[in-house]
Amino acid sequence: MKKRSFLWAAALLFFCVSFTNEGGYKVGDKALDFKLKNIDEKMVSPLDYRDAKGYIVVFTCNHCPFAVKYEDRINDLNKKYAKSGYPVIAVNPNDPVQYPEDDFANMKKRAKEKGFTFPYLVDESQQIAMTYGASKTPHVFVLQKVNNDLVVRYIGAVDDNTDDPSAVKEKYVEQAVDALLAGKEVKTTTTKAIGCGIKWKK
Amino acid sequence: MPSFYTYAFLILSFFLTATKADRVNTITLEQLQSKTIKPETNTLYVINFWATWCKPCVEELPYFETAGKKYPAEEVKILLVSLDFPSEREKVIKFVEKKNLQNEVYMLNAGNPNTWIDKIEPNWDGAIPATLMYKAGSKIFFKEGDLTAAELDSIIQTKK
Repeated sequence: MKKRSFLWAAALLFFCVSFTNEGGYKVGDKALDFKLKNIDEKMVSPLDYRDAKGYIVVFTCNHCPFAVKYEDRINDLNKKYAKSGYPVIAVNPNDPVQYPEDDFANMKKRAKEKGFTFPYLVDESQQIAMTYGASKTPHVFVLQKVNNDLVVRYIGAVDDNTDDPSAVKEKYVEQAVDALLAGKEVKTTTTKAIGCGIKWKK
Repeated sequence: MPSFYTYAFLILSFFLTATKADRVNTITLEQLQSKTIKPETNTLYVINFWATWCKPCVEELPYFETAGKKYPAEEVKILLVSLDFPSEREKVIKFVEKKNLQNEVYMLNAGNPNTWIDKIEPNWDGAIPATLMYKAGSKIFFKEGDLTAAELDSIIQTKK
């Protein structure tokens, strides 16, 4: 009996995944919870954070210069928002065969060098990036916890200037999280930026 | 009093630097569009967005070079638009020289991508490489992602 319900759950999950796959999530969609391996070898899931109000999920990697440019800013986002209930969860979806620099050992190394204060997870099957509709690194999804669902509230760039942090005018992720914390609607819900295309497995 | 040779050297080095820099011009979105969206011509304009740091982009550049050599410019015109950071202009120039790229190379200066990406293609999420083609003023091809040599060749064959 137990086995049967597990199969049903698996079938349902598969159904959801294959359905939401089309073009990924849009703002307002319910996002799939995930459980992925962190650089400390422990499994991490957003719903593990009982006190969180939401999450800043960042698809990122080691090799991409755009991702590298944002490392400090992502660290700052976590320092600023983890305590108010919006921790950063970074996910590396790249195929390490095509980008050895993005493999698990290098993720550990990079996190240590940069003093990441957030989990840096590996999306080995690439299923989470695919389901979410992440296309590049960095690619941010701000999720709000509504009851026990994860609702997508913002998709896009961290801010409007990758090259020069001092020239940033619009801090999109901060604006979104600030609005959510204040119980307001997010004004800019999607943005676009240049990034490194995610390397899908062949 | 500087000698004739000093002047000659200065003038020569000025021209050398000038031609070097000309190899990679900065281009605005409007300039790029006016160069490629041309209802009055039958030329196939191919725009490839790339960057020196983007591995799949660099891998497919030779395909664009081959195509550029295969067709006369009035039939197929290829523009390689680098999205390297403006602060890394020198790196782009060096790269273009080292690879001896024959297609026109530009660096896009368009400001916040959130405003210009959609103007180029609403379906583009911003990942590179990305390739577009225009003919007679209309966009006839868009792909976000890399192309193989055979893919690029057959697309150009059918669209030109």
